[in-house]
Amino acid sequence: MTDDTRSDISLRVNDATYQLAVDNRRTLLDALRDDLSLTGTKKGCDHGQCGACTVLLDGDRVVSCLTLAVVADGADVTTIEGLAGGGELRPIQEAFIRLDGFQCGFCTPGQICSAVGMLAEHAAGWPSAVTRDDSPERTPELSEEEVRERMSGNLCRCGAYPSIVRAILETSVREAVSK
Amino acid sequence: MREFAYQRTTQIRDALSSVARHDGARFLAGGTNLVDLMKAGVESPARLVDIRSLALGGISESPDGGLVLGATATNSAVAADPLVRRRYPALSQAILAGASGQLRNMATVGGNLLQRTRCAYFADPSEPCNKRAPGSGCSALGGAHHNHAILGWTEHCVATHPSDMAVPLTAFDAVVRYETLDGPGEVPLSEFYLPVGDRPDRETALPDRALITAVVVPAAEVAGKSRYRKVRERASYAFATVSVAAALDVQDGVVRDVRLALGGVASRPWRARLAESALRGGPVTAERISAAADLEVAAAEPLRDNGYKVTLARNLIEAVLTDLAASSGAASGGAAGNGAAGAGEESDG
Ligand SMILES: Cc1cc2nc3c(=O)[nH]c(=O)nc-3n(C[C@H](O)[C@H](O)[C@H](O)COP(=O)(O)OP(=O)(O)OC[C@H]3O[C@@H](n4cnc5c(N)ncnc54)[C@H](O)[C@@H]3O)c2cc1C
Ligand code: SF4
Ligand code: FES
Ligand code: FES
Repeated sequence: MTDDTRSDISLRVNDATYQLAVDNRRTLLDALRDDLSLTGTKKGCDHGQCGACTVLLDGDRVVSCLTLAVVADGADVTTIEGLAGGGELRPIQEAFIRLDGFQCGFCTPGQICSAVGMLAEHAAGWPSAVTRDDSPERTPELSEEEVRERMSGNLCRCGAYPSIVRAILETSVREAVSK
Repeated sequence: MREFAYQRTTQIRDALSSVARHDGARFLAGGTNLVDLMKAGVESPARLVDIRSLALGGISESPDGGLVLGATATNSAVAADPLVRRRYPALSQAILAGASGQLRNMATVGGNLLQRTRCAYFADPSEPCNKRAPGSGCSALGGAHHNHAILGWTEHCVATHPSDMAVPLTAFDAVVRYETLDGPGEVPLSEFYLPVGDRPDRETALPDRALITAVVVPAAEVAGKSRYRKVRERASYAFATVSVAAALDVQDGVVRDVRLALGGVASRPWRARLAESALRGGPVTAERISAAADLEVAAAEPLRDNGYKVTLARNLIEAVLTDLAASSGAASGGAAGNGAAGAGEESDG
């Protein structure tokens, strides 16, 4: 192994900074789970097809299985462990629990991180494939159909979709009211 | 996965000379295709030159009123851009019909054009595949090919190009701009993807080690009235079986301009020029739309198990053009209905 196949990187994960020496082949997903013991982020397919590994990278939702750790050098990463602050769950986490947004729970960290990113995208006025009036002047209303389409990158083998959609819709309404 | 060196560049010149200097070096953009194929053992670069810190992420208006999409602009950014949505709605719709929210946040304009086929044999190094291992044969020709090409294939490869974004870009006459150590160049998207011939491993006219810097979309009034419609095997988050990008400009019942391209049917986005010229300059009627769709797919040569795509492509062309004609209030002769899109789960783009 020559030196240039490894890199010293700095990751800011959930507001803590970590210095790591990684093989360039390491994915962000494996670095989080195996180097930092942050096992909340799950590995489903390892090929970008299921969304279980979704994290927020500089605020944007991405799949950490196709993100190299070395690419995330210097970036801000938020995982499911970083969403709750000061012992308090985020409204979206609380809604998943109250409305049964999961069964086995394997897809849940990815669903919740994805939902946080998705709600921010929606708030920024981004359209989706089911947005009918896609003129840039209007922010599309967040219907059940919109949530399903925008969350289609997160699969749930248990089929908890109806309650996942409900939890997300309820959270978006609450966030709108509290603004 | 083979070990590799990694480097980030902030200057185009540095990126170009690094890839020129190191054997087996490749540009890395969003990584959603390259990293995936490295895991599968299909790609094994010796060095990745990360281009996301280059100043190529902008989306801007060109002097003639067209668009300049920077090579590292994310798919999400392009789809959400107000200019894109207003002037080229089919482009926004096509991007949103592809992949997932997470992947679109990572994927870039340049990487999307250069993504490789989703033929399952290509992704499996234990199978013969002329695209991956030239001369080894094509496993799909007599194998599982229900989602492969019906137009423009040869016995050397029957794969399709998977990009949704490239379909409306082809319809809108986009041009790929690139940079090499010898200077800049450009190639129209219609000539960017090479005919399959007997070397399916050679996919594009991009010079060796060139860096795509932007995709330029010329101004076109017709593009303001455009649509993308994609049929796939599930309602979302799946590649196209067949897709259509169409734009129609009707004035006084006559087709002033029309653009049509198909995805999922060939090794490249298929510009439907036969149907376009059959429609251009004439009245827009149900009969003429139907005849144009027939004409375009008449040349199709389906494989053993994908004849359904011929019907699907035909009906999709008809349905999308009929919708566009109806929304321009110009349809006559019963063309205003919503044509059947054929078999398959369908989702509007
Ligand atoms: C699960 C899944 C589902 C998907 N579904 C769809 C879909 O429905 N529709 C669709 O269209 N796509 C789909 N995609 C594909 C996705 O759109 C592409 O992977 C993505 O667009 C590639 O862009 P990237 O920036 O990540 O490219 P990379 O993976 O970074 O690069 C791809 C290739 O392009 C080269 N490259 C990148 N940028 C440049 C440049 N500027 N100059 C020269 N070379 C360059 C790289 O060297 C590499 O060879 C899907 C992907 C996945 C994983
Ligand atoms: S269709 Fe093309 S990519 Fe698929 S096995 Fe044949 S040669 Fe390979
Ligand atoms: S583990 Fe990353 S998308 Fe499935
Ligand atoms: S709750 Fe089991 S996979 Fe979603």
